Amino acid sequence: MIQVARKNKQSFWSLKIKEIENKRRERPSTPEKKELNKLLASWRRRVSSTKQFESSSGIPIRDIYTPQDLRGLSYTSDLGLPGEYPFTRGIYHTMYRGKLWTMRMFSGFGTPEDTNRRLKHLLENGETGLSLAFDMPTLYGYDADHKRARGEVGRCGVNVSSVADMETIFEGIPLDQVSTSMTINAPAPILTCMYAATAEKAGIPLGKLRGTTQTDILKEYIAQKEWVFPPEAHLRLIRDMIAYCTQHMPHWHCISISGYHIREAGANAVQELAFTLADGFAYVELGLEAGLKVDDFADRLSFFFNCDIDFFEEIAKFRAARKIWATVMKEKYGAKKPGSMLLRFHTQSSGASLTWQQPLNNIVRTTIEALAAVLAGTQSLHTNAYDEAWALPTEETATIALRTQQIIAEETGIPKVADSLGGSYYVEWLTKEMEKRAYRYFEKIESIGGIIEAIKAGYIQREIAETAYKRQQQIEKGETVIVGVNKFMMNQKSPIKTLEINDVAQRKQIERLRILKGRRESRDLQNALLRLKKTFMDTSANSMPAILTAVKAQATLGEIMDVGREVFGEWKGPGEF
Amino acid sequence: MLVERSSASGRDLGNSKVSILAARISVQKTGSKSRRIRILVAKPGLDGHDRGALVLCRAFRDAGMEVIYSGLLVTPEQVARIAIEEDVDVVALSLLNGAHMTAFPAVAKALRKMGGGDILMVGGGIIPEQDKPLLEKERITGNFGPGTPLKTIISHIVRKVEEKRRGKR
Repeated sequence: MIQVARKNKQSFWSLKIKEIENKRRERPSTPEKKELNKLLASWRRRVSSTKQFESSSGIPIRDIYTPQDLRGLSYTSDLGLPGEYPFTRGIYHTMYRGKLWTMRMFSGFGTPEDTNRRLKHLLENGETGLSLAFDMPTLYGYDADHKRARGEVGRCGVNVSSVADMETIFEGIPLDQVSTSMTINAPAPILTCMYAATAEKAGIPLGKLRGTTQTDILKEYIAQKEWVFPPEAHLRLIRDMIAYCTQHMPHWHCISISGYHIREAGANAVQELAFTLADGFAYVELGLEAGLKVDDFADRLSFFFNCDIDFFEEIAKFRAARKIWATVMKEKYGAKKPGSMLLRFHTQSSGASLTWQQPLNNIVRTTIEALAAVLAGTQSLHTNAYDEAWALPTEETATIALRTQQIIAEETGIPKVADSLGGSYYVEWLTKEMEKRAYRYFEKIESIGGIIEAIKAGYIQREIAETAYKRQQQIEKGETVIVGVNKFMMNQKSPIKTLEINDVAQRKQIERLRILKGRRESRDLQNALLRLKKTFMDTSANSMPAILTAVKAQATLGEIMDVGREVFGEWKGPGEF
Repeated sequence: MLVERSSASGRDLGNSKVSILAARISVQKTGSKSRRIRILVAKPGLDGHDRGALVLCRAFRDAGMEVIYSGLLVTPEQVARIAIEEDVDVVALSLLNGAHMTAFPAVAKALRKMGGGDILMVGGGIIPEQDKPLLEKERITGNFGPGTPLKTIISHIVRKVEEKRRGKR
């Protein structure tokens, strides 16, 4: 495929686009198809509609879809069966009959003790996987006692300043029996080492640890904007993590390639799909550059998508994502193992779709979004609580969100059949349309010089910001309706009680750091930090063992990140808009 | 794309945006008396949530204001310095990370210290009802929550600037 592309001087992406367009132009041949054409023609004469409809991504949507819209669609090569290439219908043979999706609630606030209690509450109530949310200082690699952390400790998630905090978060939770996801990016290698050290101390070998660190720095530059070092430095540390985890933590997914934040930053579904997969291809190329074979590490990559409320478009997005990933991994990167081709993903219902106004309505929104994710075959799911446009969720609202998933799983009967919307004329047409539109973006990104160049040039960020502004204007004009916000409004003040986080967490964490710093063996610490600095400076070295040693010597998150700041420098984002 | 970036001065009004047209006319009226409103959109703290701030930058620009964006990860002191150096009428503060009660008053304090105590401040983000009076005491007005129409924010700013300019004459 690659060779063909070079000979014709056409990119891989433009060939894929042509392939789709050519197939769609095939003329109907059988008598039945001709009959359908006649039927449709006469129906059209009676049904004249001039109003234009679009999906939330701006894809023109017709009033009815028929077999005519599936011209060129091949059941075996476009859809296949669950657990079989190209995985459009799902990545496991038995899908939810074999195992339900993992119910993984994104949690974390205040002190490690606060969060330990919340995790235990959720596990006791039927949660099946853990997911940690960190506060802003942790995400940016500052300790709780840093000047920049003032007023921010424990506000948006749990504060972790040292390995001792990690131990407290997981106290009483057997790490060999749960899988843990950590939403951490710039300091991901350090948090991974803290988790590993916590497990080792509890006598659990690293080989038994299951879970995910997000580590997706590309989407940080694109959307979430929680970077610390320049891109090259972060990518080098990620390379080290891929290599280390491939060897020592075979059940750990060291990167979760995330579209969630791209979407929350304002992208539409097509942009989320395209930019996320483009990031994914960049990580594949990073692994190849590190000297790994594609089949050695591709199954360590996992994905994380948003699920917004345009129901069918979201379902089509997930199906298209699986199809594209499988196709590109096989045809462009030469993967041989099915495990390297299948796209496994976590889903979070859309935070941006939740409204501050009439917050109880958010339960309904989240339910619809969760339903779409399940119908599209997600591997794990977080459902937002209805109060999350106001604050971090209370125990009660988080429980309702978990119950939402449990009702879908246990009461609706939906999990009994894999990809039950597969074969719908509309869903299949839309899946193909999303696929084509994603390929167009890949072509564009390649013409800029790849995703990293596109990010540095600000192209991706501007695409997203423009979409966000356009959507806001549509809302202002009433073209996009949000119930309770621009239609069916009510006058309410503070209709709900929300979780309050005060300064106690900050005081406690600062005091804890003071005690820790007084107790440490300073020679071990200095040696570890010195070794770390040398390793950071030697780009051919793998930095993970040195980070692990520093973590075990009780170096704080901020101290380790400061070594990185000294060696790599800090990245200043573009101040443009 | 380049036009989008360079139009931060507010000169590029070719793209008429119907929904905020009224506010724009109002801004131009204000502008004709003295000058266009100069506004600094700032995120003082560790907060990457910039969707709202970026939407506002575009909306203020399309409403005829001269917009300066602080970029991310600036300290309250840096925000105050930019505001004074750029001689802005208004600082629009945005935080969605729960740190507004520390960061917003810190900007107010830094402005006072650096001699910019007369610069107007408006706030926005996830701000609980009970925090609003405390922010108002620091002269930070508006304190708009999610879902607030752009029109509401723009007319609040225009009104505040007009009041201040009238007071000066």
